[in-house]
Amino acid sequence: MKLKQLSIMIPNQPGALVHICGILQKAQINISTLTLADTADFGILRLIIKDWEAAKKALESNALVVKVSDVLAISIPNEPGGLLSILNTLNSNQINVEYMYGFSLATGKQSVQIFRLNDPDHAIEILNKAHVCVLGAGELFGN
Amino acid sequence: MANKIVFDPVNAPDFLPVEKLRELQLTRLQQTVLRAYERVPFFRAKMEERNLTPNDIQKLEDIAKLPFSIKKDLRDTYPFGLFASPMNEVVRVHASSGTTGKPIVVGYTKEDLRVWEEVIVRGMKSVGMTSNDIVQVSYGYGLFTGGLGAHYGAEALGATVVPASGGNTHRQIMLMKDFGVTTICCTPSYFIHLIDQAQSMGIDMKSLSLKYGIFGAEPWTQEMRKYIEANTNIKAIDIYGLSEIIGPGVAMECIHQAGPHIFEDYFYPEIIDPDTGEVLPEGEQGELVLTTLSKAAMPMIRYRTRDLTSLTSERCACGRTLRRIKRISTRSDDMFIIRGVNVFPTQIETALLSIEGTLPHYQIVLRREHNLDTLEVQVEINDKLIGDTVSEVTALEKRISRSVEQIIGIHAIIKLVQPDTLQRSEGKIKRVCDLRDPHKIN
Ligand SMILES: [Zn+2]
Repeated sequence: MKLKQLSIMIPNQPGALVHICGILQKAQINISTLTLADTADFGILRLIIKDWEAAKKALESNALVVKVSDVLAISIPNEPGGLLSILNTLNSNQINVEYMYGFSLATGKQSVQIFRLNDPDHAIEILNKAHVCVLGAGELFGN
Repeated sequence: MANKIVFDPVNAPDFLPVEKLRELQLTRLQQTVLRAYERVPFFRAKMEERNLTPNDIQKLEDIAKLPFSIKKDLRDTYPFGLFASPMNEVVRVHASSGTTGKPIVVGYTKEDLRVWEEVIVRGMKSVGMTSNDIVQVSYGYGLFTGGLGAHYGAEALGATVVPASGGNTHRQIMLMKDFGVTTICCTPSYFIHLIDQAQSMGIDMKSLSLKYGIFGAEPWTQEMRKYIEANTNIKAIDIYGLSEIIGPGVAMECIHQAGPHIFEDYFYPEIIDPDTGEVLPEGEQGELVLTTLSKAAMPMIRYRTRDLTSLTSERCACGRTLRRIKRISTRSDDMFIIRGVNVFPTQIETALLSIEGTLPHYQIVLRREHNLDTLEVQVEINDKLIGDTVSEVTALEKRISRSVEQIIGIHAIIKLVQPDTLQRSEGKIKRVCDLRDPHKIN
């Protein structure tokens, strides 16, 4: 199942991240995980949020441009070569990983990575065939 | 159809035979010069310096003998030093929101306000607007002339006015939709912002009742007009004005959109060489100089507008005898020089509009680093533009940079920023921010 990820371009300057977290806090929205890609001039903040639509609305009403993209949450077997076999599966199907980052589950038993792929729909198909566990919103956020 | 405009007595001065119009202009010029000479010591002193008296104005061409007025004159006589009417006859003042120092102040008598309404009514009728129109005024209300000027003009036309003032984009769009607004008055760049916001709210501007956009208060380009007309059912009409003369309504385009007609029975135009001050022959590009022909509270003689344009008396398809100016897309004030090259902000604008999805919301920042001038363009992004990877963002910055460089021949550093982050005053973004200090060596 695909997940929605929100990306926001932010200036690389003090207070930019605080500003965004403040908006979400005011709207009573919890951030499940986030990652920040940064260059010298700007950063791209990527957020995984259960109620992403409410988050998008809150951010947009504060005049921020929010980009929504599809990502996959994939459970990685906690053993040597666990990630490698998944990457191999994707690679042999010409699916490119644009970027990935970790997702911490409350239970903490398994490692979950968020994957941004060039073709998420195709990826779900082949990952299912390879018996790789792609998590849905229910499993990630609880109810 | 919209192009058929019924003749209206209110518009009669628009069609005066040229000789009659020139006669009227001369009479009014003589009255204005006399009034300023008798009542404004600042002006009288400038006349006396040149050994001039009002009697020296015997024909229209004699206007060239008169001294120019400049913005600094208004600052030097702040606040009411150029007023020619006693304060009990001045019923309103407006002021600029000057970013540095004191603002400039202008005043109006009751009759001045009536003239202001009249020219806007004539302009609105010349595009086909009637009392059935619903006009949303999204210029800022207050000291700025845009809001109240458009407001009272539209009201005098008998239209229904929605005084929305500036800001609060979502509410602006809601009002346009719910009230069936047919006409919007605002800056062209703000309207482009509205188009973009409407899209993100899932509202198709083409589904609204909007027919006319009366755009002014900032220089704009043909590209912006095309963008507006392609994304809406609006006729994008250029209104020109400046508070020193009266406010918006000095000139306005008719339905043929062939450049604003100057309301010449009230404002006398000249085009001069901005360097020598010489009056240029018709058709040549230069600086627009305006003289008020009826203003009582604050007559303005040969005011240098800093706007670069040209004048034409070629007959417009509408039949008006009023001369037209070319749409003003450059202001001599806005031009900057970087590494010896003259650059106009509108060139940057053209470069931006050539990239799909970019909007002309930008600011130019000039810096001097290690004795080398750098040009940075900060561009506000929108959701069509932005990606979620660093490489997409940097690729876009490069694309914009290349496009700018192709047009002006100078490398530009592009910085993408969030919407509404560039500083605005009266709905306008300050285009050029020059941080170079000529005295500093580093
Ligand atoms: Zn015309």
